[in-house]
Amino acid sequence: MPSVIEARGLTKTFGRLVAVNGVSFAIDAGECYGFLGPNGAGKTTTVKMIHCSAPITSGDLSVFGMGVRDTPRAIKRRIGVCQQEDNLDPDFSVRKNLTVFARYFGIPGVQAADRARELLEFMGLWERRDARIRELSGGLKRRLAIARALVNDPDLLILDEPTTGLDPQSRHQVWDRVRTLRRQGKTILLTTHYMDEAQSLCDRLVIMDHGRILVEGAPSDLVRSRVGREVVEVYGFPPDLPEYARGQGWTFEADTHRLWIYTDSGEAVFAAIARLYPAERCTVRMAGLEDLFLKLTGRELRE
Amino acid sequence: MSPAGLGAMLRNVSLRSMRVWQRNRDVYFVTWKTNLFPPLAEPILYLLAFGAGIGALVKEVEYRGQMVGYTAFIAPGLLATQVMFQAFFETTYNTFVRMHYQRTFDAIITTPLSLEDVMAGELLWATTKGTISCAVMMVAIGFFGLLHYPHALLIVPFSLLAGLLFAGLGLCFTGVVPQIDSFNLPTFLFIMPMFLFSGTFFPLDVLPLWAQRLANLLPLTHVANVMRELGLGRMPADLGWDLLYLVALALPLCLLGIHLMKRRLVK
Repeated sequence: MPSVIEARGLTKTFGRLVAVNGVSFAIDAGECYGFLGPNGAGKTTTVKMIHCSAPITSGDLSVFGMGVRDTPRAIKRRIGVCQQEDNLDPDFSVRKNLTVFARYFGIPGVQAADRARELLEFMGLWERRDARIRELSGGLKRRLAIARALVNDPDLLILDEPTTGLDPQSRHQVWDRVRTLRRQGKTILLTTHYMDEAQSLCDRLVIMDHGRILVEGAPSDLVRSRVGREVVEVYGFPPDLPEYARGQGWTFEADTHRLWIYTDSGEAVFAAIARLYPAERCTVRMAGLEDLFLKLTGRELRE
Repeated sequence: MSPAGLGAMLRNVSLRSMRVWQRNRDVYFVTWKTNLFPPLAEPILYLLAFGAGIGALVKEVEYRGQMVGYTAFIAPGLLATQVMFQAFFETTYNTFVRMHYQRTFDAIITTPLSLEDVMAGELLWATTKGTISCAVMMVAIGFFGLLHYPHALLIVPFSLLAGLLFAGLGLCFTGVVPQIDSFNLPTFLFIMPMFLFSGTFFPLDVLPLWAQRLANLLPLTHVANVMRELGLGRMPADLGWDLLYLVALALPLCLLGIHLMKRRLVK
């Protein structure tokens, strides 16, 4: 089956800044594919090139087998985009936001009204259909933005940081809808810097940093192969622990207060440490995407 | 802008720009009361101030060899400035708000519309808005019996060209200003001098010759000339030259405006 999106050597520069540096990836139909990375990694720039809002500097990028340089209109007809920043129309009601957007796709009025109703019901917004945008909470606005991205029944849905700034309830609601759409067979491209979001929604993902793709794969496979099964975390570790860990041949990382040991046998490592140091400062947990992410992108602050 | 760039730009303009026009029209009618009130009330204020105030001193002015009542003289000038203000402020302040604060264009260009479509839609809407205001103002002025029909009816289609010109001028500034306050500068440098020195409030031939020549370069002078002749109930003698001058300014300004907006927004 041909890929929905295929990028080869995709590059984007702004003057001297290389925002996306020769990335290659392929997204299959029906999968939820994630772009994970710190701020400024190049996620949004990549997404903008895919929805033809930013011209590519070099490389190849095709969506539905069509090149983004030559056929932006045909591509855009079949995708739905929910952008990071709120750009709903503040002068229109909730429902009117959808019908006006449907008009950009050339959807006739009656059909647009039906579609708006269907989507507002799906996103739990029908009761608020006549509300003004400024009356909506952040969570409701984001749900409306996702509904708007679905107005043309797209084959590819692009969600750029869909839950940034939302409270936990709203995030779970968004996730639930994304899972439903995924089950209905939509191809979904998601950018995020939330690990739990990427882990629970994405079939496959890439981790990007400084414009490059560091790893690609299914979240659990990546964690297993790159980090290990478990992590032993030691708080306020004694000064000689790193030396001891090195002697044991463990893979570990440390900052000023904590030390992490990545391992496939957490219990054994824990027991070994507990023989020498106070065990209450030591925990064993399942390795997660966050461990992989921090391992790959480092622990220093960004921006 | 290269010829190839111009060709690519024109190919990216399509009838879909009407979708943006429709969007702006819909917003206009959501807030129609605040939109229609100024063009109705403004001329009444001006005609009271200039008619009862200055008009009491001036009564009549000599215009192209004919004595014309002062209020009948300024009425078409008010229409001309109204079209300029409405179209120019639409593609400056209002377009800037949609571009920068509401991020409306970012959303629209993810649909099958191109950025060129969006900008063409903005220009067409600003033109329409200028024309609507002009027509509404004509109704208000009509109560004073200051326009001669049926000739004055031609002011409405003519205001489309005038509106397009000032919409294009505004879009050029929106393509380059760093922030919304920066519009004060072009408003002060271009719009206010045109408002005052385009033969809107006094006949230009009272000015020294050099000033008349300068005033004749201002597009609003030609708009006011045409509207005044039509308002006084006759076909303008230099209509062809006036139209040619306005078209020759309007089209490049619109194209340059679209180009500058694309350069600003597509990176």
